[in-house]
Amino acid sequence: MSGDQKPDVAAAEVPAGSRPHRGGYVPHGIDDEFAEASGAAEPAPDTRGAGDKDGSTPSAPRIGVVGMLRWMWRQLTSMRVALMLLMLLAVAAVPGSVLPQRGQDPAAVAEYLGDHPDLGDWLDRLGFFDVYTSVWFSAIYLLLFVSLVGCIVPRTAAHWRALRARPPQVPFRFTRFPAQASATTGLAPDDAVELVAARLRGPRYLPTFRVDRRTEAARAHRPESRTISAERGYLRETGNLVFHLALLGLLVSVALGQMLHYTGQAIVTEGRGFANAVVDYDTFTEGAWFRPSSLVPFSMTLDAFDSEFASETVAFAQARDFTAHVTVTEPDGTRHPEQIKVNHPLVTDGAKIYLQGNGFAPKITVTDSDGEVAFSQRVPFLPEDQLYTSRGVVKVPDVSRGDQIGLVGYFLPTAVVDDDGTARSTFPQPLDPLLVLEVYRGDLGLDDGVPRNVYRLDTASLTPSVDQDGARVKLLVRPGETVDLPDGLGTVTLGEDVPRYVALDLRHDPSLAYVLTFALLALGGLALSLFTPRRRVWVRAFASADGTTVVEAAGLARGDDAGLQGEVDRAMSVLPELEDDGAGPAAGSAEAEDETTKD
Amino acid sequence: MEMANLSVLLVWAAATALAIAMIAFAVDLARLSGARVAERDAAREKVTVAAGGGAPEAEPAPGPAAAYGPGNGTAAGGVSRKGAGIGMALSWLAAAMLLAAIVLRGLASGRTPWANMYEFVLVGTFVAVAVFVGVCTVREARFLGAFVAGLGATFLVLAQNVFFVAATGLQPALQNYWLVIHVGVAITATGIFTVAFVSSVLQLLRDARDEGTPWLAAWRWLDQTPSPTALEALSFRLNSVGFVLWTFTLIGGAIWAEDAWGRYWGWDPKEVWSFVVWVVYAAYLHARTTRGWSGRRAAWFVVVGYACVLFNFTGVNLVINGKHSYSGLT
Repeated sequence: MSGDQKPDVAAAEVPAGSRPHRGGYVPHGIDDEFAEASGAAEPAPDTRGAGDKDGSTPSAPRIGVVGMLRWMWRQLTSMRVALMLLMLLAVAAVPGSVLPQRGQDPAAVAEYLGDHPDLGDWLDRLGFFDVYTSVWFSAIYLLLFVSLVGCIVPRTAAHWRALRARPPQVPFRFTRFPAQASATTGLAPDDAVELVAARLRGPRYLPTFRVDRRTEAARAHRPESRTISAERGYLRETGNLVFHLALLGLLVSVALGQMLHYTGQAIVTEGRGFANAVVDYDTFTEGAWFRPSSLVPFSMTLDAFDSEFASETVAFAQARDFTAHVTVTEPDGTRHPEQIKVNHPLVTDGAKIYLQGNGFAPKITVTDSDGEVAFSQRVPFLPEDQLYTSRGVVKVPDVSRGDQIGLVGYFLPTAVVDDDGTARSTFPQPLDPLLVLEVYRGDLGLDDGVPRNVYRLDTASLTPSVDQDGARVKLLVRPGETVDLPDGLGTVTLGEDVPRYVALDLRHDPSLAYVLTFALLALGGLALSLFTPRRRVWVRAFASADGTTVVEAAGLARGDDAGLQGEVDRAMSVLPELEDDGAGPAAGSAEAEDETTKD
Repeated sequence: MEMANLSVLLVWAAATALAIAMIAFAVDLARLSGARVAERDAAREKVTVAAGGGAPEAEPAPGPAAAYGPGNGTAAGGVSRKGAGIGMALSWLAAAMLLAAIVLRGLASGRTPWANMYEFVLVGTFVAVAVFVGVCTVREARFLGAFVAGLGATFLVLAQNVFFVAATGLQPALQNYWLVIHVGVAITATGIFTVAFVSSVLQLLRDARDEGTPWLAAWRWLDQTPSPTALEALSFRLNSVGFVLWTFTLIGGAIWAEDAWGRYWGWDPKEVWSFVVWVVYAAYLHARTTRGWSGRRAAWFVVVGYACVLFNFTGVNLVINGKHSYSGLT
């Protein structure tokens, strides 16, 4: 942005001091307009809004509704309020990390509500279990963004004007500036200024400074002078604006994604598949603007699932690799094999399919007391620990007669049965699988229309099977075995092979590219705004009484800038030094050249 | 296993070096302030003699931290800066040993050596010490030494005693090149925030002492630090680098989460706290340029921000459980 500016001859003739300084920069001070911009935080006692209209004096407290709104707007867009909102935002985000959240873990919320009925109820009413969608959290960030817009729009306009305005004119005295240099040269003032200006401007296609040359009328002890006003670092404010605007874009993209996205979860066992249709998912959530027609009708089969676990002692049974081998069938009938791994989702037809979980889905067959097959299905068991001690439920409502049967228990991939009869898993791979089941009978409650969790069996109203001592019967079933159920309920059979299942998440979010673009724009803008040096350099050249030319320079930077003096010295280094005997630029200029190339 | 053991030995050696460096730096600060007092006494005596006694208004004002001017090996009346020299040498040594320990740890486990809390602390401490010695090559910042070295030694001992886990492979969720980028950048940011935090704390103390806070009256060494303005400038430079890196940490983490967890942002506890850290440091950057909030108040944001960084690392990993629980501790 720090573009080159052609010397404006007409403007250069304007005598120094005749150009009014509008607010912004004060050449003789050490502040620059950034200090002024932040000064917007000051509650300006401005009553013009209403005062002008009704003609009352500025001291009148009557500011009316418009004035009030104006005042509120000014407050909201002030830096001070933005700062408060930022602090509030940080504080408001914290409860969501301490209390369970519905969006992340609805089961934990239910458990919390059960454990703390009174407090939980109040917290729930105040939105503490949906912090990030709650009214108060949304209010804070929306106000923050309104404040941001109110701050950024005028700043963008101001920056636009600054980009087209000329660098501020040369101050009368250089002595107060943090960086200074002076030199005497045999060149004419015009030539000296030309040299220094070219140096400041830098490469033609990547200018460093924006340079403006003028002529200054004779003043006090000084004859007429040629001057340079140079400024660099416009990118600093540009970056700042880009950062804030990108945040706005980010918010809009995320919101759009929320409206347009859909996600579906499906559990698929080896050899089986699912089709990309709303009914085929176990759970399906969609944004408000989602239409089912946007689901591409591909289908997918899980061919095999591989897992690897560490067997060395230090990290025993830690997962090392999960791979799902699948075949995707496109809508046009073409088939192609694919892999899905953790960290490597399958991208197909605009959707991503993630491998989110895995486990065992043994085939369980139950015959009832009449010997009829009442249940024969693969039952997914949910792993509860690193060793895949997996819990599952079998609900058998369709018995020929008598009570319905419910089985609850654990699947242990590599089982060890201790002396006291308890069984546990010792490795996550199915080396020696064992099914441990408890048996219940009664009304499973599946017929009353209330939705039930398929992975839970409400045993409160059921009768457990017990042995002579009153202890619950634990059936141990190995692959291929058939075991009699107690109380003459029938038999249970575990299939010879133990199929695996994978839990797949399918997700489609058309806003991702925009979210990423705006995030990267914000990052780039931020880096520019924090790391671009903002400097001004002024140079004045005039003929001294002895026929040589005096060149003076001063530099000003925003904040603490260790490179400022170097910048001024570099600019001056192009001037050929005047030798004592007045022999011309030879030696001095060679030295100066050396110095430049070193930089 | 041999390399893993050597790595542990090097960590202990680095912790020892940093502990000694801290003492050396502290001795240096004490000597400087002692010399300063002696100098002032001498000056006062001279004034008293010249004025023929009873000229309290001629007492020289407490010097504005000229002792740490650039480039002077000796300061404040020719005090030897041997302590600072020893501290610097040990800091360099500690950084080198930590680097070696980290490399060996990576070789022993056959992967990027920043995948659990223990390794995170090692690398974070290395970055903090490296940033400190790096800053010292550019400008005079040895007054930070006692605190950076002290924090570093504490972190290393804590890591070795509390967070230590054996070097081993990675679970599938961590097997991604983003581990190198996302976590690496997060650690670097943490290391930089550490040094900036020290600078801001010194700024607050120095500022309070200059204002005559009673309990700081005895802390004469504070006069050896640069002015609060200079400390704030140093802190700001470091924090702005840290903030950009932290922004990148959030973006990189979101990209990785999109691949690994199926969403780029899900308000997981670690995400919440990374967001809180980001917002606090953003507030700091705004406070700096807000009238009435610059200076001391802005420095408090750095303190709060760094506390959030530490909690994000320890509390979120150990107390609150989320998807980021990769401490390797059970």
